[in-house]
Amino acid sequence: MAGTAIIAAPPQPAAQKFIKRLRDGDKAAHLITLIFAASVFLVTVFLIFELWIHSSASRGKFGLGFLFTTTWDPNAENFGALPFIYGTVLTSFLALLISVPLAVGAAIFLSELAPPKLSNTCTFLIELLAAVPSVIYGLLAIFTLVPLMRSYVEPFLKKTLGFLPLFKGPAYGFGYLTAGLILAIMTFPFIISISRESLLSVPREQREAALALGATKWESTWQVVVPYARLGIIGSIFLALARALGETMAVTMVIGNDTTIHSSLIAPGYTIAAIIANEFAEATSDIHHDALVELGLVLFLITIILNASAQLLILATTKKGSKRD
Amino acid sequence: MTNRRLSIAFTAISALVAGGAIASADTINAAGATFPAVIYQKWFQEYHKAHSDVQINYQAIGSGAGIKQLTEGTVLFGASDVPMTDEQMSKITKYKVFHFPTVLGGVVVTYNLEGVPSLNFSPDTIAGIFLGKIANWNDAALKKDNPGAKLPDLEITVVHRAEASGTSFVFTDYLSKISPEWKSKVGAGASVNWPKGLGGKGNEGVAGTVKGTPGSIGYVELLYAVQNKMAYGAVKNSAGEFVKPDFDTVTEAAAGAAKNMPADFRVSITNAPGKKAYPISTFTWLLIPSKFDNAGQKNAIVGFLKWMLTDGQKFAQGLSYAPLPQPVVAKEEKQIGQIQ
Amino acid sequence: MGRTQRRNLLNNVMLALTGVCTFLTVAVLFVILGFLLWNGFRSLDWNFFTKLPLSPGETGGGLANAIVGSGITILIAVVIGVPVGFFGGVYLAEFGGKTFPMFVRYTADLLNGVPSIVIGIFAWTVVVVPMHTFSAWAGGFALSLMMIPIGLRSTEQFLRAIPSSMREGSLALGATKTQTIMKVIVPAARQGILTGLILGVARVAGETAPLLFTSLNNQYWSEKLTEPTATLPVMIYKLAISPYDDWHRQAWAAGLVLLGLVLIANIAARWVLARGAAVQRG
Repeated sequence: MAGTAIIAAPPQPAAQKFIKRLRDGDKAAHLITLIFAASVFLVTVFLIFELWIHSSASRGKFGLGFLFTTTWDPNAENFGALPFIYGTVLTSFLALLISVPLAVGAAIFLSELAPPKLSNTCTFLIELLAAVPSVIYGLLAIFTLVPLMRSYVEPFLKKTLGFLPLFKGPAYGFGYLTAGLILAIMTFPFIISISRESLLSVPREQREAALALGATKWESTWQVVVPYARLGIIGSIFLALARALGETMAVTMVIGNDTTIHSSLIAPGYTIAAIIANEFAEATSDIHHDALVELGLVLFLITIILNASAQLLILATTKKGSKRD
Repeated sequence: MTNRRLSIAFTAISALVAGGAIASADTINAAGATFPAVIYQKWFQEYHKAHSDVQINYQAIGSGAGIKQLTEGTVLFGASDVPMTDEQMSKITKYKVFHFPTVLGGVVVTYNLEGVPSLNFSPDTIAGIFLGKIANWNDAALKKDNPGAKLPDLEITVVHRAEASGTSFVFTDYLSKISPEWKSKVGAGASVNWPKGLGGKGNEGVAGTVKGTPGSIGYVELLYAVQNKMAYGAVKNSAGEFVKPDFDTVTEAAAGAAKNMPADFRVSITNAPGKKAYPISTFTWLLIPSKFDNAGQKNAIVGFLKWMLTDGQKFAQGLSYAPLPQPVVAKEEKQIGQIQ
Repeated sequence: MGRTQRRNLLNNVMLALTGVCTFLTVAVLFVILGFLLWNGFRSLDWNFFTKLPLSPGETGGGLANAIVGSGITILIAVVIGVPVGFFGGVYLAEFGGKTFPMFVRYTADLLNGVPSIVIGIFAWTVVVVPMHTFSAWAGGFALSLMMIPIGLRSTEQFLRAIPSSMREGSLALGATKTQTIMKVIVPAARQGILTGLILGVARVAGETAPLLFTSLNNQYWSEKLTEPTATLPVMIYKLAISPYDDWHRQAWAAGLVLLGLVLIANIAARWVLARGAAVQRG
């Protein structure tokens, strides 16, 4: 009986079998989606490849010294990245200095003190801030923040702290400090949102245990809850930092675009993103062009490292939270 | 749902592409200097009114960028206040680059000082300010040239160009001629290593920054200062006279060049001789390919150039530029004939 | 002061401070909106939405071409970015094995971290130079690169969130894998996927840096996709740094329009997500 059944069905050639499977769609679907997924992989690899190739003249001429040279002279074709690395790092550092206390404070309020409805509404509004485009921050900064800095804040800082080299020099209004301030505002939402989540995921028992031992609410929060959530909070800071480093428009509109390194915080400066934005379209010599691409590569590298660290930290904190439960 | 969305998107795109194919005017893209941007925009607008099939989209991104984009072939022609160097021209192998002077203009030293509507600047003072040696408005050097002026005790905020600029070239070319210290420390160029100051983007960016920053000083094309009612100074020329930039003084600066214009039109007229010559004057050029692949584009450009040298020149004075001297115009008309 | 009293005082002060921090950060949003509304609303007239930009000094111009140009570049970004993000996400959630999906996810995260100006460099090198022209294509391509990681990640996330019982049920009924995905899983996850796509659009709508040397700018209507195109963010930048008061006015107005669009997109995305979650719970 079995033999007849087998003989009854004529053997199908391989091509017909393949077409049949294709018509079922699964193989095709697998292939199509694979191609799209692969294209993401390929385009990113291609991007890194292009950056590498188009910075070759500059990498060849300056080598690692590029990262430590301070001259940026298109005429003499002598390029160094230090002023821009310095500006990028300094403005981001200033941004975090200003934004972290405020943002963590707000996150604490929103997770520990505020009633849920208020907390959700405020978080929603703060998260909307994350959506405001960089150029609009820049627009606001030029017409509101810069005059404020020039007429009030910087003269005040010079009067009180002017003996420090950090606050010497004319009060331009444009400069590292102003850029740091606008970056601080741009980073609030990330830190607040993620820190709040981290704080909320701390198990209730921790707080109750602390309070049961006689701690005040603040002591319980600051000495128990926050340390418990610290990995997530730190992760959010790294994420915010990565965002701040890559900011272009808001920074170039207020930093003063000066290629020299200055020790004063109120002096004008430059960041990597800002100089690429200003000079890329006109870099006629190959070296100039490649130097700018190399700067882009350096910036990309820094953000890669930061993002990776951030994700590890955030991952660790969520895993930790669920494990301890 | 995704399918529907995608199909709507595709239909929209096809409509756009199809619409584009039926479009009447073929836009010609050009880019370059901000120095003459205002009159160029005016010209392209006026020319389009008379010849509706020629639409020229000019983006003022700076002379350096104009040269670069011309070299890369992303624009059809460029514009610059600094002539291309031999090295830059050698990078373009498809054709030769013709320089066509378009107008004369003056680079003014503009500043923002309340209560000081007019100042005299001697060359060394300007160099000193931009070198960072003269750091305060009440410096002795400024007082010497301006005995009556109320100069405050205020730090000078220097503003220069952030990107490669023909205007910067003209300014630094002038400073190199009158100040050996500037020449050795900084030199002339579209992009230099500025000793101090804020960087603004384009003539507009510098004007914007100076206009908004009390105590600042910068260099811009005359029109930008005039349009924004900004103060600018009189500069002492090679004959020892303090001269303000205007129609007559800029024209006089070009008088020598008018008589002895080199064949390729690349010439600098800074610190020109002449009693009433404004020392920071310049020609500005359109960078036109010597041959075009597309006959339609060639005819459009040739037509525009001829118009520019005749009717176009009439707009110059009203916009604070000066028209080209007649001998130069005649030479340029000959060059037009060489375009293939 | 006794120790307990000190601790209580510290408690009250610090908690009050955190309230102040929150107030300040929320206030910033309102300050931004306030300034834009105050300065921009007055400049929003019919001309703004219908006329082309004029030379400085001439009044009555508008940013009609920039508004349309932004729409076009975003549309191109969507056309390129949405399928890649969506189908790529489907692959990662439904088809992929072990190692290759890991590479894809890692590179998508890398792509997400590329600074926007570097994306501009890349797009200039691979689109503008070979095409020998600045174009809406180049700008749209650059923006799509920024959209893809968001779409990819959210699609994968929301597809994975669908319980496997749904997949198994569908397959048990005889459907092919493809039918299961397209007719059962995706519709179930559509709210989340849609949210991801809207957020992607909102993210790129305001980006300026990638457009600076890709779509450049245009004073006229761009009649072809292969021409430089005016866009709102680039125009805002140009207008803001200029010296002309009239242009400053227009910058505020454009800022208001742009911010309005971005905020609406964000709020819409959240609303879609919330509705989707509610429906699923029910």
